[in-house]
Amino acid sequence: MKPTRNAKPQGRGVRQSMSDLHTWAGLLAGWLLYAMFLTGTVSYFKDEISQWMRPEIAHQRVTPDPAAVAQRVTDTLGTVAAGSSEWFMQLPTTRSNVVDSFWRTPDWQPGKRAFQDATFDPSTGAKVVARDTLGGEFFYRFHFQFYYVSPIWGRWLAGLCAMFMLVAIIRGVITHKKIFVDFFTFRWGKGQRSWLDAHNALSVFGLPFHLMITYTGLVTLMMMYMPWGAHVALTTPAQQQALDRQVSAFLPPGERAGVKAPLAPVDAMVREAQARWGRDNVASVLVTNPGDTQARVVVSRGVSARVSTSPEYLLFDGASGKLLDVKDRVGAAAQTRGVLYALHMGRFGDLPLRWLYFIVSLAGTAMVGTGLVMWTVKRRQKLPDPERPHFGFRVVERLNIASIAGLSIAMTSFLWGNRLLPASLAGRADTEIRIYFVVWLATLLYALARPARRAWIELLWLAAALLALLPVLNALTTQRPFWRSVADGDWVFAGFDLMMWALAALHAALAVRSARHRPRANAADRRRAVALRHQEDA
Amino acid sequence: MSAGFERLRRAAPVTARIVGAVFGGYALGALASVAALALPISAPQAVITGMLASFVVYACAVIWMFLARSARRAWAGLLIAAAPLALAAWSAASAASAAGGLLP
Repeated sequence: MKPTRNAKPQGRGVRQSMSDLHTWAGLLAGWLLYAMFLTGTVSYFKDEISQWMRPEIAHQRVTPDPAAVAQRVTDTLGTVAAGSSEWFMQLPTTRSNVVDSFWRTPDWQPGKRAFQDATFDPSTGAKVVARDTLGGEFFYRFHFQFYYVSPIWGRWLAGLCAMFMLVAIIRGVITHKKIFVDFFTFRWGKGQRSWLDAHNALSVFGLPFHLMITYTGLVTLMMMYMPWGAHVALTTPAQQQALDRQVSAFLPPGERAGVKAPLAPVDAMVREAQARWGRDNVASVLVTNPGDTQARVVVSRGVSARVSTSPEYLLFDGASGKLLDVKDRVGAAAQTRGVLYALHMGRFGDLPLRWLYFIVSLAGTAMVGTGLVMWTVKRRQKLPDPERPHFGFRVVERLNIASIAGLSIAMTSFLWGNRLLPASLAGRADTEIRIYFVVWLATLLYALARPARRAWIELLWLAAALLALLPVLNALTTQRPFWRSVADGDWVFAGFDLMMWALAALHAALAVRSARHRPRANAADRRRAVALRHQEDA
Repeated sequence: MSAGFERLRRAAPVTARIVGAVFGGYALGALASVAALALPISAPQAVITGMLASFVVYACAVIWMFLARSARRAWAGLLIAAAPLALAAWSAASAASAAGGLLP
């Protein structure tokens, strides 16, 4: 916006305070948002990461028949989860080669975990024989609830950051009139100006996506963030359930009859669902009160060929196998929510769409990252002595290094830990996660100990090296080196290796650019900085 | 002492805006989510509509708190927007408690 001559004096003050707010709140939220963006971005390949982290399970050439798998796993649960009032299983897909399952803890008492879980092999129905790992699920959960804080607090914190992001985007659209001019203005290799242009270009380029992803992110957890309407309107458990049925197919177990009855064949029920939705479009099976005459089986539809996560399912009588109910629609508002939720998760599309999500999200990550870097670049030029910045500046600078370069190293170390920790180690999955946090902390200590510029360069090179060597480590520690994956047509493993090399190249390029970059702070530059600030404020 | 007071006096409007944006904005969003219950649709749909709308209301409230010409005006605007929402929320809430809930 250009300052007009007749602008009210307060106008500038408000714009300044908005700008200050963006600068300072952006800094605080930015560190968390960067981590949320990056872990969320890789979560679009959550299933593939999980596959890579369980190399013992062979590449799945053909998706096994969901009906047969459901029956196998049901038989296993009959012994593994005997006495439980509710079983749930997520069936394998073209992208996932395992059955993730959880069930209500039998004879639950307060203080015990309400649910237990296990991962099953679709071909045998037995528990998978693979290293203990949380897999891609770790990045996914970290993305919206962090770790080592209670999930509730983590989610509130994530919501606060998302809310900031939403405001920043809308504000940006309102006040940033030159948005399209800026998009075509890019000044390479011009220090702060380049950072500003990069930040603006990345923001504008992905703007519709960022707006969508931020708002829908809030929508995924809205039941927790905005429970007030439900508190007021839905006062009985039955009313609460009526709401739940609009958003979830996860039915709670009903009353038991107390009369034993064997569970009817589950594969027949899944076949009935397949006849409606297609062979590979059955997402999950839920069984309540198994072994009782009041048993119920819910077979849920997959998300492919519909951009919605709203519940669609067939409800069967578990004892007789009779179809009781077909749930194929929810109310308009609930359907809106289902579509928004699906847009956030990006699971409805095939591989090209997933890549598009990944790349645009990466641009979002870069938008937050360039914003963080700009904070220091901008201030360094204004420092009285740029060689010896004051304490606060140094802290921000080092936190930036750890939260950007350090996070890449921590995430890659998590994958290294997966290959290096012995399979028999007790608490192995937890140790992988501990490696992630210990390494992240180590990068912060390193950044504090080294000169800032050196720390950037060295940590970016370390990230590049760890990424580039991960396929080598994989070749040495598993039976699935890159060339064999290619020969077998296993594009999950081969693609993973290629992706690591691509990311290594990206980090190396950033390291080279950081090394070439010479922060100058002579008088001419400072004058330019002042001029630029005017331009920005205006 | 007086210098400290002067600083406090200068920081007050900005603080008022921030508090109004963060907490007032949330309150307005929450109020809007309850006010949505007054819509002539079934209770679960109204609840979800309210939730979906609340974040937009919240975001707009935050922006308003910083766009208004003074902190006083910002707060005044917030309260003016809250009034009709509060009325709708109050009527919906009393209807709900009278009916023992709003299930269709």
